[in-house]
Amino acid sequence: MEYNNFYNEILTDHNLHPAHKHDLPDANMELEGVNPSCGDDIILKLKVEDGVVKDGGYVGEGCAISQASADMMLDLVIGKTKEEALHLKDLFMKMIKGGITEDEMDELEEAASLKDISHMPARVKCAVLGWRTMDEMLEEDKEK
Amino acid sequence: MTKKEVEKLRADFPLLANNPGLAYLDNAATTQKPRQVIEAETRFYEELNANPLRGLYDLSLRATEAYEDAREKVKDFLHAADSCEIIFTRNASESLNLVAFSGSEAFLSEGDEVLVTVMEHHSNILPWQHAAARKGAKLNWLECDEKGKITEEAFRSALTPKTKIVAMTQLSNVLGVKNDVQKFAAIAHENGSIFVCDGAQSVPHVPVDVQDLDVDFLSFSGHKMLGPMGIGALYGKKELLEKMPPFLTGGEMIEYVTREGATYAELPHKFEAGTVNAAGAVGLGAAIDYYNAVGIDKIEQREQELGRYAMERLKNVPHLNLLGSDVAEEHHGIFTFTVDGVHPHDIAAILDADHVDIRAGHHCAQPLMQFMHTPSTARASLCFYNTEEEIDQLAESLSTLRERMGYKD
Repeated sequence: MEYNNFYNEILTDHNLHPAHKHDLPDANMELEGVNPSCGDDIILKLKVEDGVVKDGGYVGEGCAISQASADMMLDLVIGKTKEEALHLKDLFMKMIKGGITEDEMDELEEAASLKDISHMPARVKCAVLGWRTMDEMLEEDKEK
Repeated sequence: MTKKEVEKLRADFPLLANNPGLAYLDNAATTQKPRQVIEAETRFYEELNANPLRGLYDLSLRATEAYEDAREKVKDFLHAADSCEIIFTRNASESLNLVAFSGSEAFLSEGDEVLVTVMEHHSNILPWQHAAARKGAKLNWLECDEKGKITEEAFRSALTPKTKIVAMTQLSNVLGVKNDVQKFAAIAHENGSIFVCDGAQSVPHVPVDVQDLDVDFLSFSGHKMLGPMGIGALYGKKELLEKMPPFLTGGEMIEYVTREGATYAELPHKFEAGTVNAAGAVGLGAAIDYYNAVGIDKIEQREQELGRYAMERLKNVPHLNLLGSDVAEEHHGIFTFTVDGVHPHDIAAILDADHVDIRAGHHCAQPLMQFMHTPSTARASLCFYNTEEEIDQLAESLSTLRERMGYKD
Protein backbone atom coordinates (compact mmCIF):
# COMPACT_ATOMS: atom_id res chain seq x y z
CA MET A 1 0.00 0.00 0.00
CA GLU A 2 1.40 3.36 -1.01
CA TYR A 3 0.48 5.67 1.85
CA ASN A 4 1.62 8.66 -0.17
CA ASN A 5 -1.46 8.36 -2.33
CA PHE A 6 -3.63 7.48 0.59
CA TYR A 7 -3.16 10.82 2.31
CA ASN A 8 -4.79 12.58 -0.64
CA GLU A 9 -6.34 16.00 -0.85
CA ILE A 10 -9.85 14.81 0.02
CA LEU A 11 -8.62 13.26 3.24
CA THR A 12 -6.29 16.07 4.32
CA ASP A 13 -8.91 18.68 3.48
CA HIS A 14 -11.58 16.98 5.62
CA ASN A 15 -9.00 16.67 8.40
CA LEU A 16 -7.76 20.26 8.32
CA HIS A 17 -11.03 21.96 7.40
CA PRO A 18 -13.82 19.77 8.73
CA ALA A 19 -17.33 21.02 8.05
CA HIS A 20 -18.89 19.20 10.99
CA LYS A 21 -16.30 19.34 13.76
CA HIS A 22 -18.25 21.46 16.19
CA ASP A 23 -20.54 21.18 19.14
CA LEU A 24 -24.25 20.69 18.46
CA PRO A 25 -26.19 22.27 21.32
CA ASP A 26 -29.59 21.03 20.11
CA ALA A 27 -28.45 17.45 19.55
CA ASN A 28 -30.83 14.85 20.97
CA MET A 29 -28.39 11.95 20.66
CA GLU A 30 -24.74 11.73 21.54
CA LEU A 31 -22.21 8.96 22.05
CA GLU A 32 -18.47 8.73 22.66
CA GLY A 33 -16.41 6.51 20.37
CA VAL A 34 -12.90 5.53 21.45
CA ASN A 35 -9.99 3.56 20.05
CA PRO A 36 -8.03 3.08 23.28
CA SER A 37 -4.84 1.83 21.67
CA CYS A 38 -4.36 4.86 19.44
CA GLY A 39 -6.12 7.56 21.42
CA ASP A 40 -8.78 8.37 18.84
CA ASP A 41 -11.61 9.79 20.90
CA ILE A 42 -14.68 11.47 19.43
CA ILE A 43 -18.12 12.42 20.68
CA LEU A 44 -20.65 12.14 17.89
CA LYS A 45 -23.77 14.29 18.17
CA LEU A 46 -26.91 13.95 16.10
CA LYS A 47 -30.21 15.76 15.95
CA VAL A 48 -32.76 13.22 14.78
CA GLU A 49 -36.40 14.23 14.25
CA ASP A 50 -39.21 12.22 12.65
CA GLY A 51 -36.71 9.54 11.71
CA VAL A 52 -34.50 11.98 9.81
CA VAL A 53 -30.95 13.05 10.69
CA LYS A 54 -31.54 16.80 10.67
CA ASP A 55 -28.06 17.83 11.79
CA GLY A 56 -24.86 16.37 13.14
CA GLY A 57 -21.48 17.27 14.55
CA TYR A 58 -18.50 15.76 16.35
CA VAL A 59 -15.87 16.92 18.78
CA GLY A 60 -12.72 15.25 20.06
CA GLU A 61 -9.35 14.28 18.73
CA GLY A 62 -7.61 11.60 16.79
CA CYS A 63 -5.61 10.81 13.69
CA ALA A 64 -6.39 12.31 10.30
CA ILE A 65 -8.15 9.16 9.14
CA SER A 66 -10.54 9.00 12.10
CA GLN A 67 -11.37 12.70 11.92
CA ALA A 68 -11.76 12.95 8.14
CA SER A 69 -13.84 9.78 8.01
CA ALA A 70 -16.29 11.12 10.62
CA ASP A 71 -16.56 14.36 8.70
CA MET A 72 -17.24 12.60 5.39
CA MET A 73 -19.85 10.45 7.10
CA LEU A 74 -21.74 13.48 8.39
CA ASP A 75 -21.59 15.08 4.92
CA LEU A 76 -23.40 11.98 3.69
CA VAL A 77 -25.97 11.27 6.37
CA ILE A 78 -27.26 14.75 7.25
CA GLY A 79 -30.67 15.06 5.63
CA LYS A 80 -31.08 11.30 5.25
CA THR A 81 -33.43 9.01 7.13
CA LYS A 82 -32.05 6.77 9.85
CA GLU A 83 -32.53 3.77 7.56
CA GLU A 84 -30.62 5.46 4.77
CA ALA A 85 -27.85 6.38 7.18
CA LEU A 86 -27.57 2.77 8.36
CA HIS A 87 -27.58 1.57 4.76
CA LEU A 88 -24.64 3.88 3.99
CA LYS A 89 -22.89 2.55 7.08
CA ASP A 90 -23.33 -0.99 5.73
CA LEU A 91 -21.85 0.08 2.41
CA PHE A 92 -18.90 1.75 4.11
CA MET A 93 -18.17 -1.38 6.16
CA LYS A 94 -18.50 -3.49 3.00
CA MET A 95 -16.01 -1.21 1.24
CA ILE A 96 -13.53 -1.52 4.09
CA LYS A 97 -13.79 -5.30 4.03
CA GLY A 98 -13.40 -5.31 0.25
CA GLY A 99 -15.97 -6.50 -2.29
CA ILE A 100 -18.06 -3.41 -2.91
CA THR A 101 -19.48 -2.72 -6.39
CA GLU A 102 -18.81 0.42 -8.43
CA ASP A 103 -22.43 1.58 -8.07
CA GLU A 104 -22.31 1.12 -4.32
CA MET A 105 -19.06 3.10 -4.24
CA ASP A 106 -20.82 5.99 -5.96
CA GLU A 107 -23.34 6.15 -3.14
CA LEU A 108 -20.54 6.78 -0.67
CA GLU A 109 -19.39 9.90 -2.53
CA GLU A 110 -16.19 11.30 -0.95
CA ALA A 111 -16.12 8.58 1.71
CA ALA A 112 -15.24 6.24 -1.15
CA SER A 113 -11.79 7.84 -1.12
CA LEU A 114 -11.06 5.73 1.97
CA LYS A 115 -11.42 2.52 -0.02
CA ASP A 116 -7.73 1.62 0.15
CA ILE A 117 -7.87 1.49 3.93
CA SER A 118 -8.82 -2.15 3.34
CA HIS A 119 -5.10 -2.69 2.64
CA MET A 120 -4.03 -1.00 5.89
CA PRO A 121 -5.30 -3.34 8.62
CA ALA A 122 -3.74 -1.25 11.40
CA ARG A 123 -5.82 1.78 10.40
CA VAL A 124 -9.21 0.19 9.76
CA LYS A 125 -10.39 0.95 13.27
CA CYS A 126 -9.54 4.64 12.72
CA ALA A 127 -11.65 4.81 9.57
CA VAL A 128 -14.69 3.08 11.06
CA LEU A 129 -14.74 4.92 14.41
CA GLY A 130 -17.34 7.52 13.42
CA TRP A 131 -19.41 4.97 11.53
CA ARG A 132 -19.58 2.41 14.27
CA THR A 133 -20.40 5.10 16.81
CA MET A 134 -23.30 6.27 14.65
CA ASP A 135 -24.39 2.67 14.15
CA GLU A 136 -24.46 2.07 17.91
CA MET A 137 -26.50 5.23 18.48
CA LEU A 138 -29.07 4.59 15.81
CA GLU A 139 -29.44 0.88 16.52
CA GLU A 140 -29.94 1.60 20.20
CA ASP A 141 -32.54 4.21 19.28
CA LYS A 142 -34.39 1.65 17.15
CA GLU A 143 -34.81 -0.66 20.12
CA LYS A 144 -36.52 2.02 22.19
CA MET B 1 33.24 3.47 15.41
CA THR B 2 34.34 4.18 11.83
CA LYS B 3 31.95 4.02 8.88
CA LYS B 4 33.74 0.87 7.79
CA GLU B 5 33.28 -0.78 11.17
CA VAL B 6 29.56 0.03 11.14
CA GLU B 7 29.24 -1.39 7.61
CA LYS B 8 30.99 -4.55 8.75
CA LEU B 9 28.61 -4.97 11.69
CA ARG B 10 25.57 -4.25 9.51
CA ALA B 11 26.62 -7.09 7.24
CA ASP B 12 25.93 -9.45 10.17
CA PHE B 13 22.22 -8.60 10.12
CA PRO B 14 20.35 -10.52 7.41
CA LEU B 15 17.18 -8.46 7.83
CA LEU B 16 19.04 -5.26 6.96
CA ALA B 17 20.47 -6.86 3.83
CA ASN B 18 17.06 -8.25 2.89
CA ASN B 19 15.38 -4.85 3.19
CA PRO B 20 17.61 -2.40 1.33
CA GLY B 21 16.57 1.22 1.76
CA LEU B 22 14.74 0.54 5.01
CA ALA B 23 15.65 2.71 8.00
CA TYR B 24 14.72 0.55 10.97
CA LEU B 25 14.42 2.96 13.90
CA ASP B 26 12.21 1.03 16.31
CA ASN B 27 14.99 -0.63 18.26
CA ALA B 28 13.46 0.12 21.65
CA ALA B 29 10.61 -2.20 20.62
CA THR B 30 12.89 -4.94 19.37
CA THR B 31 16.30 -5.03 17.71
CA GLN B 32 17.28 -6.94 14.60
CA LYS B 33 19.22 -10.17 15.05
CA PRO B 34 22.70 -10.94 13.78
CA ARG B 35 23.18 -14.21 11.89
CA GLN B 36 25.36 -15.45 14.78
CA VAL B 37 22.24 -15.48 16.98
CA ILE B 38 19.98 -16.99 14.33
CA GLU B 39 22.54 -19.69 13.60
CA ALA B 40 23.11 -20.50 17.27
CA GLU B 41 19.42 -21.06 17.82
CA THR B 42 19.18 -23.20 14.70
CA ARG B 43 22.28 -25.14 15.67
CA PHE B 44 20.73 -26.05 19.02
CA TYR B 45 17.84 -27.73 17.23
CA GLU B 46 20.07 -29.31 14.60
CA GLU B 47 22.77 -30.63 16.90
CA LEU B 48 21.73 -30.60 20.56
CA ASN B 49 17.97 -30.85 20.82
CA ALA B 50 16.77 -32.94 23.74
CA ASN B 51 14.83 -31.93 26.82
CA PRO B 52 17.42 -30.30 29.09
CA LEU B 53 17.77 -30.99 32.81
CA ARG B 54 15.96 -34.34 32.69
CA GLY B 55 17.64 -36.86 30.48
CA LEU B 56 20.30 -39.24 31.60
CA TYR B 57 21.69 -39.73 28.11
CA ASP B 58 24.47 -37.80 26.49
CA LEU B 59 22.35 -35.65 24.16
CA SER B 60 20.19 -34.34 26.99
CA LEU B 61 23.28 -33.66 29.06
CA ARG B 62 24.75 -31.66 26.18
CA ALA B 63 21.48 -29.72 25.82
CA THR B 64 21.61 -29.01 29.55
CA GLU B 65 25.18 -27.87 29.25
CA ALA B 66 24.32 -25.47 26.42
CA TYR B 67 21.43 -24.06 28.44
CA GLU B 68 23.50 -23.62 31.60
CA ASP B 69 26.35 -22.18 29.60
CA ALA B 70 23.94 -19.45 28.41
CA ARG B 71 23.02 -18.75 32.03
CA GLU B 72 26.71 -18.36 32.82
CA LYS B 73 27.02 -15.81 30.01
CA VAL B 74 24.10 -13.78 31.34
CA LYS B 75 25.60 -13.90 34.82
CA ASP B 76 28.93 -12.57 33.53
CA PHE B 77 27.27 -9.93 31.35
CA LEU B 78 25.34 -8.55 34.33
CA HIS B 79 28.28 -9.11 36.70
CA ALA B 80 26.10 -11.15 39.06
CA ALA B 81 27.78 -13.02 41.90
CA ASP B 82 26.29 -16.45 41.24
CA SER B 83 24.63 -18.05 38.20
CA CYS B 84 21.81 -19.36 40.43
CA GLU B 85 20.73 -15.71 40.65
CA ILE B 86 19.79 -15.73 36.94
CA ILE B 87 16.28 -17.04 36.25
CA PHE B 88 15.36 -17.54 32.61
CA THR B 89 11.93 -16.23 31.67
CA ARG B 90 10.14 -15.41 28.42
CA ASN B 91 10.78 -11.68 28.60
CA ALA B 92 11.07 -8.68 30.94
CA SER B 93 7.31 -8.70 31.52
CA GLU B 94 7.42 -12.25 32.82
CA SER B 95 10.45 -11.42 34.96
CA LEU B 96 8.56 -8.54 36.58
CA ASN B 97 5.43 -10.66 37.02
CA LEU B 98 7.58 -13.28 38.74
CA VAL B 99 9.15 -10.86 41.20
CA ALA B 100 5.85 -9.04 41.80
CA PHE B 101 3.96 -12.27 42.46
CA SER B 102 6.48 -14.33 44.38
CA GLY B 103 8.16 -11.30 45.93
CA SER B 104 4.90 -9.91 47.23
CA GLU B 105 4.04 -13.30 48.74
CA ALA B 106 7.30 -13.19 50.67
CA PHE B 107 7.80 -9.53 51.45
CA LEU B 108 4.49 -7.66 51.27
CA SER B 109 1.77 -7.56 53.92
CA GLU B 110 -1.51 -5.75 54.35
CA GLY B 111 -1.01 -2.02 54.83
CA ASP B 112 2.47 -2.02 53.25
CA GLU B 113 3.32 0.21 50.32
CA VAL B 114 4.86 -0.27 46.88
CA LEU B 115 6.40 2.72 45.13
CA VAL B 116 6.45 2.86 41.31
CA THR B 117 7.52 5.74 39.09
CA VAL B 118 5.32 7.46 36.55
CA MET B 119 7.78 6.61 33.75
CA GLU B 120 7.44 2.84 34.05
CA HIS B 121 6.45 0.57 31.19
CA HIS B 122 3.09 -1.08 31.84
CA SER B 123 4.98 -4.30 32.61
CA ASN B 124 6.46 -2.63 35.70
CA ILE B 125 3.09 -1.20 36.77
CA LEU B 126 0.38 -3.82 36.26
CA PRO B 127 2.11 -6.66 38.18
CA TRP B 128 2.46 -4.29 41.16
CA GLN B 129 -1.15 -3.15 40.91
CA HIS B 130 -2.16 -6.82 41.09
CA ALA B 131 0.27 -7.61 43.89
CA ALA B 132 -0.91 -4.62 45.93
CA ALA B 133 -4.56 -5.54 45.42
CA ARG B 134 -3.91 -9.17 46.36
CA LYS B 135 -2.01 -8.30 49.53
CA GLY B 136 -4.09 -5.29 50.59
CA ALA B 137 -1.09 -3.02 50.08
CA LYS B 138 -1.05 0.48 48.68
CA LEU B 139 0.53 1.53 45.38
CA ASN B 140 2.22 4.94 45.50
CA TRP B 141 3.44 6.97 42.53
CA LEU B 142 6.71 8.82 42.16
CA GLU B 143 6.71 11.60 39.58
CA CYS B 144 9.54 13.00 37.52
CA ASP B 145 9.96 16.63 36.46
CA GLU B 146 8.84 17.82 33.02
CA LYS B 147 12.21 16.85 31.52
CA GLY B 148 11.94 13.34 32.92
CA LYS B 149 14.31 13.69 35.85
CA ILE B 150 13.59 12.00 39.18
CA THR B 151 15.24 14.05 41.89
CA GLU B 152 16.71 12.64 45.08
CA GLU B 153 14.44 14.98 47.02
CA ALA B 154 11.30 13.67 45.31
CA PHE B 155 12.45 10.09 45.85
CA ARG B 156 13.17 10.58 49.54
CA SER B 157 9.85 12.27 50.18
CA ALA B 158 7.95 9.48 48.38
CA LEU B 159 9.44 6.81 50.65
CA THR B 160 7.65 6.02 53.89
CA PRO B 161 8.45 3.53 56.65
CA LYS B 162 5.81 1.29 55.05
CA THR B 163 7.48 1.25 51.60
CA LYS B 164 8.52 -2.38 51.23
CA ILE B 165 9.24 -2.42 47.49
CA VAL B 166 10.42 0.22 45.02
CA ALA B 167 10.05 -0.52 41.28
CA MET B 168 11.99 1.72 38.91
CA THR B 169 13.27 1.52 35.36
CA GLN B 170 16.95 2.16 34.79
CA LEU B 171 16.24 3.69 31.39
CA SER B 172 12.89 5.05 30.24
CA ASN B 173 11.56 3.54 27.01
CA VAL B 174 9.88 6.86 26.18
CA LEU B 175 12.23 9.61 27.35
CA GLY B 176 15.50 7.70 27.17
CA VAL B 177 16.44 9.23 30.50
CA LYS B 178 18.65 7.12 32.76
CA ASN B 179 17.77 6.98 36.42
CA ASP B 180 20.59 6.86 38.94
CA VAL B 181 19.41 3.51 40.26
CA GLN B 182 22.62 3.01 42.23
CA LYS B 183 21.82 6.06 44.34
CA PHE B 184 18.10 5.29 44.59
CA ALA B 185 18.75 1.65 45.54
CA ALA B 186 21.07 2.79 48.34
CA ILE B 187 18.43 5.20 49.67
CA ALA B 188 15.76 2.50 49.38
CA HIS B 189 17.95 0.08 51.33
CA GLU B 190 18.49 2.65 54.10
CA ASN B 191 14.71 2.75 54.29
CA GLY B 192 14.50 -1.04 54.47
CA SER B 193 12.91 -1.29 51.01
CA ILE B 194 13.62 -3.85 48.29
CA PHE B 195 14.69 -2.26 44.98
CA VAL B 196 13.39 -3.80 41.74
CA CYS B 197 15.02 -2.41 38.61
CA ASP B 198 13.65 -2.82 35.09
CA GLY B 199 16.65 -3.15 32.80
CA ALA B 200 14.75 -3.83 29.56
CA GLN B 201 16.13 -0.68 27.91
CA SER B 202 19.39 -0.31 29.84
CA VAL B 203 20.94 -3.77 29.54
CA PRO B 204 21.04 -3.57 25.71
CA HIS B 205 22.60 -0.10 25.58
CA VAL B 206 24.73 0.70 28.63
CA PRO B 207 27.06 -1.38 30.82
CA VAL B 208 25.10 -2.85 33.74
CA ASP B 209 26.76 -4.29 36.84
CA VAL B 210 24.12 -5.51 39.27
CA GLN B 211 26.56 -5.81 42.17
CA ASP B 212 27.89 -2.32 41.66
CA LEU B 213 24.37 -0.91 41.32
CA ASP B 214 23.33 -3.05 44.29
CA VAL B 215 19.78 -3.51 42.98
CA ASP B 216 17.88 -6.45 44.46
CA PHE B 217 16.21 -7.54 41.22
CA LEU B 218 16.72 -6.66 37.57
CA SER B 219 14.62 -7.73 34.58
CA PHE B 220 15.42 -7.71 30.87
CA SER B 221 14.37 -9.19 27.52
CA GLY B 222 16.63 -10.96 25.06
CA HIS B 223 14.87 -9.66 21.96
CA LYS B 224 15.73 -6.03 22.72
CA MET B 225 19.44 -6.93 22.77
CA LEU B 226 19.94 -8.82 19.49
CA GLY B 227 18.61 -12.07 20.97
CA PRO B 228 15.58 -14.15 20.00
CA MET B 229 12.03 -13.37 21.08
CA GLY B 230 10.67 -15.51 23.92
CA ILE B 231 13.73 -15.47 26.16
CA GLY B 232 14.53 -13.05 28.96
CA ALA B 233 15.83 -13.18 32.48
CA LEU B 234 15.38 -12.03 36.01
CA TYR B 235 18.38 -11.34 38.18
CA GLY B 236 17.66 -11.57 41.89
CA LYS B 237 19.82 -11.64 44.99
CA LYS B 238 20.15 -15.21 46.18
CA GLU B 239 19.03 -14.57 49.77
CA LEU B 240 15.84 -12.92 48.51
CA LEU B 241 15.06 -15.49 45.81
CA GLU B 242 15.45 -18.24 48.40
CA LYS B 243 12.74 -16.71 50.56
CA MET B 244 10.28 -16.49 47.67
CA PRO B 245 7.75 -19.21 46.79
CA PRO B 246 7.64 -20.51 43.19
CA PHE B 247 5.84 -18.44 40.57
CA LEU B 248 4.71 -21.18 38.19
CA THR B 249 4.55 -24.78 39.26
CA GLY B 250 4.98 -27.94 37.25
CA GLY B 251 7.74 -29.98 35.72
CA GLU B 252 11.41 -29.94 36.72
CA MET B 253 11.02 -27.44 39.55
CA ILE B 254 10.61 -29.94 42.36
CA GLU B 255 12.66 -32.23 44.50
CA TYR B 256 9.89 -34.44 45.68
CA VAL B 257 6.15 -34.52 45.08
CA THR B 258 3.56 -36.41 47.10
CA ARG B 259 -0.22 -36.32 46.93
CA GLU B 260 -0.17 -33.67 49.63
CA GLY B 261 2.53 -31.32 48.49
CA ALA B 262 6.05 -30.88 47.25
CA THR B 263 9.49 -29.72 48.17
CA TYR B 264 10.92 -27.42 45.57
CA ALA B 265 14.12 -27.57 43.63
CA GLU B 266 17.07 -25.35 44.38
CA LEU B 267 17.62 -22.02 42.66
CA PRO B 268 17.34 -21.22 39.83
CA HIS B 269 15.22 -24.22 38.81
CA LYS B 270 12.60 -23.48 41.46
CA PHE B 271 11.47 -20.62 39.22
CA GLU B 272 11.73 -22.39 35.86
CA ALA B 273 8.72 -24.69 35.69
CA GLY B 274 8.16 -26.80 32.62
CA THR B 275 10.34 -27.36 29.60
CA VAL B 276 12.58 -24.36 29.19
CA ASN B 277 13.36 -22.34 26.06
CA ALA B 278 16.85 -23.77 25.75
CA ALA B 279 17.32 -22.78 22.11
CA GLY B 280 16.26 -19.23 22.98
CA ALA B 281 18.72 -19.16 25.87
CA VAL B 282 21.47 -20.38 23.57
CA GLY B 283 20.50 -17.62 21.11
CA LEU B 284 20.67 -15.07 23.93
CA GLY B 285 24.08 -16.45 24.85
CA ALA B 286 25.20 -15.83 21.26
CA ALA B 287 23.83 -12.28 21.47
CA ILE B 288 25.91 -11.69 24.59
CA ASP B 289 28.96 -13.09 22.77
CA TYR B 290 28.24 -10.57 20.03
CA TYR B 291 28.05 -7.70 22.55
CA ASN B 292 31.31 -8.82 24.11
CA ALA B 293 33.05 -9.11 20.74
CA VAL B 294 32.08 -5.54 19.82
CA GLY B 295 32.28 -4.23 23.38
CA ILE B 296 29.39 -2.69 25.31
CA ASP B 297 31.44 0.48 25.89
CA LYS B 298 32.03 0.86 22.18
CA ILE B 299 28.34 0.21 21.51
CA GLU B 300 27.32 2.87 24.01
CA GLN B 301 29.80 5.30 22.47
CA ARG B 302 28.50 4.67 18.96
CA GLU B 303 24.88 5.06 20.05
CA GLN B 304 25.67 8.35 21.80
CA GLU B 305 27.42 9.59 18.67
CA LEU B 306 24.34 8.68 16.59
CA GLY B 307 22.12 10.23 19.26
CA ARG B 308 23.94 13.56 19.05
CA TYR B 309 23.52 13.53 15.29
CA ALA B 310 19.82 12.63 15.54
CA MET B 311 19.19 15.38 18.09
CA GLU B 312 20.85 17.95 15.82
CA ARG B 313 18.73 16.87 12.84
CA LEU B 314 15.46 16.66 14.78
CA LYS B 315 15.98 20.06 16.40
CA ASN B 316 15.91 21.61 12.92
CA VAL B 317 12.64 20.00 11.84
CA PRO B 318 9.97 22.72 11.96
CA HIS B 319 6.97 22.10 14.22
CA LEU B 320 8.63 19.11 15.90
CA ASN B 321 8.46 18.94 19.69
CA LEU B 322 10.87 16.62 21.43
CA LEU B 323 9.92 15.16 24.81
CA GLY B 324 12.43 14.93 27.64
CA SER B 325 15.91 16.32 28.06
CA ASP B 326 17.52 19.03 25.92
CA VAL B 327 20.82 17.18 26.22
CA ALA B 328 21.37 14.58 23.48
CA GLU B 329 23.36 12.20 25.70
CA GLU B 330 20.50 11.96 28.18
CA HIS B 331 18.29 10.35 25.51
CA HIS B 332 20.38 7.21 25.09
CA GLY B 333 19.22 6.92 21.49
CA ILE B 334 15.50 7.27 22.27
CA PHE B 335 13.73 10.28 20.75
CA THR B 336 10.03 10.69 21.40
CA PHE B 337 8.26 13.58 19.73
CA THR B 338 5.11 15.11 18.36
CA VAL B 339 4.62 17.19 15.21
CA ASP B 340 2.12 20.05 15.45
CA GLY B 341 -1.17 19.16 13.83
CA VAL B 342 -0.20 15.64 12.73
CA HIS B 343 -1.37 12.66 14.74
CA PRO B 344 1.44 10.21 15.59
CA HIS B 345 -0.29 7.37 13.73
CA ASP B 346 -0.35 9.51 10.61
CA ILE B 347 3.33 10.34 11.19
CA ALA B 348 4.20 6.65 11.36
CA ALA B 349 2.12 5.85 8.25
CA ILE B 350 3.74 8.56 6.15
CA LEU B 351 7.24 7.68 7.38
CA ASP B 352 6.46 4.09 6.45
CA ALA B 353 5.86 5.25 2.88
CA ASP B 354 9.40 6.65 2.99
CA HIS B 355 10.69 3.32 4.38
CA VAL B 356 11.36 4.66 7.86
CA ASP B 357 10.07 2.41 10.65
CA ILE B 358 9.23 4.15 13.92
CA ARG B 359 6.82 3.51 16.77
CA ALA B 360 3.70 5.58 17.38
CA GLY B 361 1.24 5.43 20.24
CA HIS B 362 1.53 5.37 23.99
CA HIS B 363 4.57 3.05 24.11
CA CYS B 364 2.96 0.96 26.87
CA ALA B 365 3.50 3.89 29.23
CA GLN B 366 0.09 5.52 29.53
CA PRO B 367 0.65 6.99 33.03
CA LEU B 368 3.67 8.86 31.65
CA MET B 369 1.67 10.04 28.62
CA GLN B 370 -1.05 11.32 30.96
CA PHE B 371 1.61 13.02 33.09
CA MET B 372 3.05 14.68 29.96
CA HIS B 373 -0.47 15.64 28.79
CA THR B 374 -0.12 13.96 25.44
CA PRO B 375 -2.27 10.95 24.52
CA SER B 376 0.09 9.68 21.90
CA THR B 377 3.57 10.35 20.51
CA ALA B 378 6.00 9.11 17.87
CA ARG B 379 9.33 7.52 18.80
CA ALA B 380 12.53 6.87 16.91
CA SER B 381 15.01 4.65 18.75
CA LEU B 382 18.54 3.81 17.68
CA CYS B 383 20.88 0.87 17.73
CA PHE B 384 24.61 0.85 16.94
CA TYR B 385 23.97 -0.60 13.47
CA ASN B 386 21.98 2.45 12.41
CA THR B 387 23.69 5.03 10.23
CA GLU B 388 23.75 8.80 9.87
CA GLU B 389 22.12 8.31 6.45
CA GLU B 390 19.15 6.58 8.07
CA ILE B 391 18.75 9.51 10.44
CA ASP B 392 18.86 11.85 7.43
CA GLN B 393 16.12 9.74 5.87
CA LEU B 394 14.04 10.19 9.04
CA ALA B 395 14.65 13.94 9.26
CA GLU B 396 13.90 14.53 5.58
CA SER B 397 10.68 12.58 5.78
CA LEU B 398 9.64 14.48 8.90
CA SER B 399 10.43 17.80 7.22
CA THR B 400 7.91 17.18 4.42
CA LEU B 401 5.27 15.73 6.71
CA ARG B 402 3.10 18.78 7.29
CA GLU B 403 3.07 19.72 3.64
CA ARG B 404 1.87 16.23 2.77
CA MET B 405 -0.90 16.58 5.33
CA GLY B 406 -2.17 19.73 3.62
CA TYR B 407 -0.48 22.41 5.72
CA LYS B 408 1.00 25.44 4.00
CA ASP B 409 4.11 25.71 6.21
